[in-house]
Amino acid sequence: MTDPTANLRDASLTKSILAEVRRITTQPWNIMEICGGQTHAIMQYGLDQLLPPEITLIHGPGCPVCVTSLQAIEQGLQIASRPDVIFTTFGDMLRVPGNQADLFTARSQGADVRVVYSPLDSLKIANANPDKQVVFFAIGFETTAPTIASTILTASRNGVNNFSILPANVLVPPAMHAILSNPTNRVQGFLAAGHVCAVMGYHEYLPIAEQYQIPIVVTGFEPVDLATGILMAVQQLEAGQHEVTNAYPRFVTREGNQVAQKIISQVFEPVDRQWRGIGTIPLSGLGLRPEYASFNGLPRFELDQTPLYESPLCIAGKVLSGIAKPLDCPAFSTECTPAHPLGAPMVSSEGACAAYYRYHRIPG
Amino acid sequence: MTQSNIPALEGPCCPLPIADRGQIVLGHGSGGQMTHDLVRDVFQSRLANPILNTANDAAYLVDAPPGKRLVVSTDAHIVSPLFFAGGDIGRLAVCGTVNDVAMLGADPRFLTATFILEEGFSIQELELIVDSFAEACLEAGVELIAADTKVTEKGKSDKLFISTTGFGWADSQLQIGGEQAKPGDVVIISGPVGNHGIAVAEARGNFGFSSQVRSDIAPLNHLVKALLDAGLDVHVLRDPTRGGLATTLVEIARQSQVNIQLEEENIPIDKPVRKTCELLGLDPLYMANEGKLILILPGDQTEEALHLMHITRYGEAAKVIGQVLESSKGQVWLQTPFGTTRVLEMLAGEMLPRIC
Repeated sequence: MTDPTANLRDASLTKSILAEVRRITTQPWNIMEICGGQTHAIMQYGLDQLLPPEITLIHGPGCPVCVTSLQAIEQGLQIASRPDVIFTTFGDMLRVPGNQADLFTARSQGADVRVVYSPLDSLKIANANPDKQVVFFAIGFETTAPTIASTILTASRNGVNNFSILPANVLVPPAMHAILSNPTNRVQGFLAAGHVCAVMGYHEYLPIAEQYQIPIVVTGFEPVDLATGILMAVQQLEAGQHEVTNAYPRFVTREGNQVAQKIISQVFEPVDRQWRGIGTIPLSGLGLRPEYASFNGLPRFELDQTPLYESPLCIAGKVLSGIAKPLDCPAFSTECTPAHPLGAPMVSSEGACAAYYRYHRIPG
Repeated sequence: MTQSNIPALEGPCCPLPIADRGQIVLGHGSGGQMTHDLVRDVFQSRLANPILNTANDAAYLVDAPPGKRLVVSTDAHIVSPLFFAGGDIGRLAVCGTVNDVAMLGADPRFLTATFILEEGFSIQELELIVDSFAEACLEAGVELIAADTKVTEKGKSDKLFISTTGFGWADSQLQIGGEQAKPGDVVIISGPVGNHGIAVAEARGNFGFSSQVRSDIAPLNHLVKALLDAGLDVHVLRDPTRGGLATTLVEIARQSQVNIQLEEENIPIDKPVRKTCELLGLDPLYMANEGKLILILPGDQTEEALHLMHITRYGEAAKVIGQVLESSKGQVWLQTPFGTTRVLEMLAGEMLPRIC
């Protein structure tokens, strides 16, 4: 069998697409890739080095662990530290700093924190440990929401009473509104996250493109995908267009995966949510609908209200909203490194600061 | 009371101790008869040699031959689970230490080992592991000359830990080490990277699919000997274990105060390893290896080194992956197939799977 990704990583094809970008570019353009996975891929393949100097890629807020609020992390730490709890989470979350500690610290102090690859694994753990409360840290965008929702449906159907979630899922379109309505916004075009659109489709971006007169290109994650997305965005910018176009048609349709959407809306409803470094964005999160509210872990535990502390050095908010680049931060690679992160973007492999640290540091 | 409830008293009825429990109990660590039986039945029966058989509290080491000096290395082996595709903790405990000794250009000859057993651990599994330990010793050509067992209460350790110390002899003139990489040298890897890390992660049972990847655990001392016997001017030998190829090369670049430039396309990675890493958001350059070595030597000896490796076990898939460049910065650069470059850093902490 041939490797289906081989063509999508073809260096000469990627370079020829980016050569076309160079050919048609007549003036400076700022394009935001929303998803941290795209930031990571751009840095990994060094695609930013192949762009003409007029094109600036701005890294968006699409890193789920980066935007998870400090309050949610503190709540997670408190719940995880209880002796009657098994706390399950995606791996990336373990090293995200709260006020003072992270989940690794909690684990070293005896907390039972387990990394799961799918939220459904939490149910297996709950069944195997009937004397414990199993709490899953429900983070991520529209991509993780369907499996989390189906986990809750399964738990509900099977009457699993010792399972709950700490709800922290967020949604992409409200974040785009927040970025575009900010008076300091520099973003002139978007590369929309291909996997989010695989679930949600791209019809919900049509009003955004119209309202803000901005081109949005649904874009994948391989070098050829990214180069194509950039080219299609620049073509629109140069032509003065503002449409939603699809550079990822092998996975994305206008309407998306309607089964997944139905499961999400069966279990969740939009709620206001706080984004770390950005603030509260109206209706930008997924909260449990009343009929599934019993799976909300928060009311099950008495939690202390802790004052929230962010490092004054960290400019994560500006990085996440595209106003600053990681290299603009005075703490970058000095006080703040992946081993000792001051802010979440330095933690996750999808975080912009971590991607810069790993792939893009100035030699020296 | 009915007749049938009266026990038949056909012989002595005082409670005899249970001789064969099938699992480790605290009595196995008492130093008394149970300890002796365990050592005799599980260890000496599999690892006998004249030095171990003297059964004293210590062993005399054989003198190093003239012109040779003693090389020693020690390593504690903790792996969960104890068995995984391609190996187990027994093979790991031998190969890990044998390889560390070999990486200074030495010929490993002797091992000592401490087996820390948790109360309740299955003796049958212990026997399988000691079998595998003995088989790896045979393959590497090393003898276990001193050993110890200890038993901890249940919950105070995790099934089995093995600590080994290795001794070998190296030519007194040899100058092999991480600080010896020089501009003009080439960097060779003995085979594809990342297999051990994936195999162990999969054995932990949290992938939810089978990657078909097997650990690469192997003793590399014969491969090293082939290179040195041929008179190659070896500057650096290092096995990229924890932290993987990238972390190990950064260590070497910093120790030697040089830059190392790698060609990404030339780094051998088995397809199942690459696919599994992509699926889980892991980077094969940071995954552990237990049967690979990095060889750095002058560029004009590349062909001879590659030829020797290709005809020696565990070196069949050796490839040139980069070169050593003049610089005091101690950085590792990766040249991508796109003509772009990026810097490789050490692994920051535990490698964590990405979310989406």
